[in-house]
Amino acid sequence: MTPEAIIQTACNFALGILALAFLLTVYRVVRGPALPDRVMALDMLVGIAIGFIGVIAIRTGYPLYIDIAIALGLVGFLATVAFARFILTRGTGGEPWPTPASVQEPGSGKRKGKRAGAKKPSKTTNGDGGKAPIAKPQGSKRSGR
Amino acid sequence: MIAVAFALFTALLIVGGALFALVAAIGINRLPDFYTRMHAASKAGTVGSGLMLIAVGLHAGDLAIFARAMAGVFFFMLTAPVSAHLLAMAAHKAGYPLCRVSVRDDFRNIPK
Repeated sequence: MTPEAIIQTACNFALGILALAFLLTVYRVVRGPALPDRVMALDMLVGIAIGFIGVIAIRTGYPLYIDIAIALGLVGFLATVAFARFILTRGTGGEPWPTPASVQEPGSGKRKGKRAGAKKPSKTTNGDGGKAPIAKPQGSKRSGR
Repeated sequence: MIAVAFALFTALLIVGGALFALVAAIGINRLPDFYTRMHAASKAGTVGSGLMLIAVGLHAGDLAIFARAMAGVFFFMLTAPVSAHLLAMAAHKAGYPLCRVSVRDDFRNIPK
């Protein structure tokens, strides 16, 4: 194999793998139970996009793409910092408790068990009366310490 | 011969970076908790894009471009932990809980 053929094969393989990783991360953005999960997945999407730009730079032999990758990384960092400040000021924002119930029995069952376990507590918290279970721990934390 | 070895090394970097990104994506979907997910995303995501940039710099064969790529890698290594720690601290202070199986939370004992 000539060196060019090796590089081309590696680039095609990497494009497929990166596309798979991109789709998995988009799934977390869509599904993510709370805002921090979505922000973290968007940060991850920026990283995967930088990988795409690197592969394209190698394929086209046009190294100016590196500057685009660096600029994209800067924008992603600033966006993540801004979203972190927003989460800090917003609190949980009345969202239901994100995930802990889904891990209650880590050994039992696969998808179905997890989803059933995740749905039950949210129902009970709604039944108990809206925002009480969300507001309580925050207040006790702030007043206690 | 040397050219083939060089191409193989570059291809190894490219495929390694892509696989690191895939590992990070799987970790994002499989781990139970926001904080553990962030662990996967920030570490593996940074290494994936960093390996890819190093591969671009090596493939170009120009010192100026390689220096620019290394500057980019250095920048990502510098900013990824900062943003990850900032986001985790914001989520913890906002009240997002840890998963049930976690055994220790040192951040809770720090006075605010």
